[in-house]
Amino acid sequence: MLHLAQTETGAACWSCGQAASGHFCEACGKIQPAQGTDYFSFLGLPRKLNIDTAALEREFYRLSRKLHPDLFARGSSREQEWSTEKTSQLNDAYRTLKDPIGRTQYLLELEGVKLEEQSRNATDAARQSGTEKQQVVPPGLLEEVFELNMQLEEMRMNKKMGEDDPNVTRDLQQARDRLEQKFSQLGDELKQIWDEWDALPELQNTQARTTVRDRMVDLLNRRSYIRNLVRDVNEALA
Amino acid sequence: MSGTISEERIVGIDLGTTNSLVAYMQGDSPAVIPGEDGSNLVPSLVGLADADTGQFIVGNVARKVLIEHPERAIYSVKRLMGRGIEDIQDELKLFPFRIAEDVKPGEVLRIRLGEREFTPPEISALILRRLKKNAERFFGEPVTKAVITVPAYFNDAQRQATKDAGRIAGLEVLRLVNEPTAASLAYGLDKKKDGIVAVYDLGGGTFDVSILKLHEGIFEVLSTNGDTHLGGDDIDNLLLTIAMDDIVGDLKLDIRRNGEAVQALRKAVIDTKIALSSQTEAMIDVELPHGKRYQRAISRELFEQLAEPVIQRTVSPCKQALADAHLQPSQIDEVVLVGGSTRIPRVRALVRELFQRELHTELNPDEVVALGAAVQARILAGGSAATQDMLLLDVTPLSLGIEALGGVVAKIIQRNSTIPASATEHFTTGVEGQTNVAIHVVQGERELASDCRSLARFDLKGIPPMSAGLPRIEVKFLIDANGILHVSAREQRSGKQAEIEVKPTYGLTDDQVEKMILESFDYAEEDFRQRQLIEARNEAETILHALEKGRRHLVWHRLSKQESQEIAQREAELNQVKAGQDHKQIRAAIEELNKVTMRLADLMMDSAVASALKGKSMDKTEFKNDVTAPHPIAPAEIK
Repeated sequence: MLHLAQTETGAACWSCGQAASGHFCEACGKIQPAQGTDYFSFLGLPRKLNIDTAALEREFYRLSRKLHPDLFARGSSREQEWSTEKTSQLNDAYRTLKDPIGRTQYLLELEGVKLEEQSRNATDAARQSGTEKQQVVPPGLLEEVFELNMQLEEMRMNKKMGEDDPNVTRDLQQARDRLEQKFSQLGDELKQIWDEWDALPELQNTQARTTVRDRMVDLLNRRSYIRNLVRDVNEALA
Repeated sequence: MSGTISEERIVGIDLGTTNSLVAYMQGDSPAVIPGEDGSNLVPSLVGLADADTGQFIVGNVARKVLIEHPERAIYSVKRLMGRGIEDIQDELKLFPFRIAEDVKPGEVLRIRLGEREFTPPEISALILRRLKKNAERFFGEPVTKAVITVPAYFNDAQRQATKDAGRIAGLEVLRLVNEPTAASLAYGLDKKKDGIVAVYDLGGGTFDVSILKLHEGIFEVLSTNGDTHLGGDDIDNLLLTIAMDDIVGDLKLDIRRNGEAVQALRKAVIDTKIALSSQTEAMIDVELPHGKRYQRAISRELFEQLAEPVIQRTVSPCKQALADAHLQPSQIDEVVLVGGSTRIPRVRALVRELFQRELHTELNPDEVVALGAAVQARILAGGSAATQDMLLLDVTPLSLGIEALGGVVAKIIQRNSTIPASATEHFTTGVEGQTNVAIHVVQGERELASDCRSLARFDLKGIPPMSAGLPRIEVKFLIDANGILHVSAREQRSGKQAEIEVKPTYGLTDDQVEKMILESFDYAEEDFRQRQLIEARNEAETILHALEKGRRHLVWHRLSKQESQEIAQREAELNQVKAGQDHKQIRAAIEELNKVTMRLADLMMDSAVASALKGKSMDKTEFKNDVTAPHPIAPAEIK
């Protein structure tokens, strides 16, 4: 394992001295040092959530053909280092942005929402107190979750006793179907919020932005809650 | 820097568990370079030719050593690359590896061969050196750059060990390429067709499965999975066990402690296994000690029954790879078979079942990986019409994580992420004025750090003393195109580059590798002569230097004119031959000069003793060797 030197960013091309911006010098074509940048800027995309994924893939392939370390095996060690770093940024950006949820989460992080930190803190707190990580039950699901938890408990008890109650199994299967339906509805809901977000004027931290942002956070929380419930039900049914 | 490499040869090497190959691009198509014996495959087998000279032989020629002196030979060393003593307990039951007794958990393994000990990268380097020599013989010019293939499922330590082996062998390893990916490159060269391809690679000791998306020359790996300790070896061991039991039961002969007999039997069962791929019945037939002979007919049915559990172990990695690629078997367009074990009919039937596709076996499954490595070598050398637009986008097979509170793993780079891939994490201190932070990096999919493969422990040092929780140390993890991890760190509040002390868990330090590069000259077959020449020249320099000092010594004048003339003549002779290439001639001249300077040496010694009696120190006398300096490259400590 090696140390990677931190690279400085400059406005002039390291090779020919001409003003350079972007991944390559316009004057001499040499690769430029990697810079700390967000994934949208790296790919030259606006911070919008509706993305043409086919176009994203084409751009990923196009840039891979220019930035990949395989193309710099004959280059200087500096160029190799920059190519590796830039390609890692490209790969990370493509992986994050091509996934609808990953893209939404990433944008929220850029907007200052600390999703990951919140989740990690909750995990750490739960671990320290020796309890299971508690997720807040989304209000719309309270009744459903209450009933489901009873059924899950019953199922686990039955399993322990080696018994099999077809009624409980059927109830759980039905609950799972309902949850999965809700889960897929969330996709449509998310798409709606995307459209609202993308229609908002950029660069202004208006109340409208905050409202839409908070709705996205709420939706992601509900989504992860339902996903965990489905997982629990599947485990109990297995 | 640029522009020079294109003229140089870059070879592609498949460093296999059972066989190794070297290939190159012959015009627009890859070809394997045969060895002196005309064979394309070099068995990954290393033996000490005889215990005294310490000369190594590699490949088919080492078979005799393996049979006659098993304690001086080693095979399947790939199973030991990048592993610790605690990882290989299962292997030790099945393979006759002789591990040095004082190897502790967490240390690089050392293998005993004859009287000496070697690390797995050093043994692998001997195989690589053989391939390098084969290529140099073929081209008639030096070969110093290579692409080497590794199992896709190799972890960081195993990859690093392979890279180290290349360095020790005198090869600059321009890229480590995953074996199934290399195979797809070799196939892709003819096909140039878009679609989804599954590569099923069952070799001698490793199993990989990779799912790739081919698109206008881009080979994008979507997912990979496997088992780095699963292969034809395991089937051999099952057959071997049956045969041994028979021999104990029926022939009342326990050969387990008889290395020679075990090796003969192993060869016989491998022959049987191979025969059973084309016949429905084959005979294990082997001569044993005490004039006994073991014969047993094995039907394909029995063989398949026996091998089934081993073959079944490939199913779950295939399913996982499909799931990770978010694909159904029906979405796979082509299936490519790689590795000698895919010749087994039952393996083919299973793969057909799994992917519901006909199988590609046009290219020799033993050679296809090396051929692909040659294609990648051409791409790195700047490409040509044949490789135009070809680009490999590979993935990391295992998730990278950091040990967090309570010993659980916080994953920072998920498996199947396209490489190069990176992650940035922030750390802080827990205690007032704390200046060091320890980070434990692991690789694997399990929840607990103790169940994953420990890669390294980092000490972030030189953090400016601040209140607890105030420093903000940014650590960047980057997996490069070889699948090898690099780490850098910075304290953000002070902007100071934090110093990192990396303790690789099973790796060699740079210093150790450098030392091995030097030592490897001692053991290499053809470098042996070169080494002797260098040593003879060094000795000549030493005696000539001593003579120079003697001339300036008071006792010089006590020599007769004839004596000093004779010395001058021998001196001139030595000066002349030492420039030549014959170490024996140099040794002879040294011997002659030694003889004629004997009286001079005696006189100087007497004078030294006299000075010592007068209270002068021996250091002041001229004819004394320098105090031995500590070795400049002392082995580094790895904890």
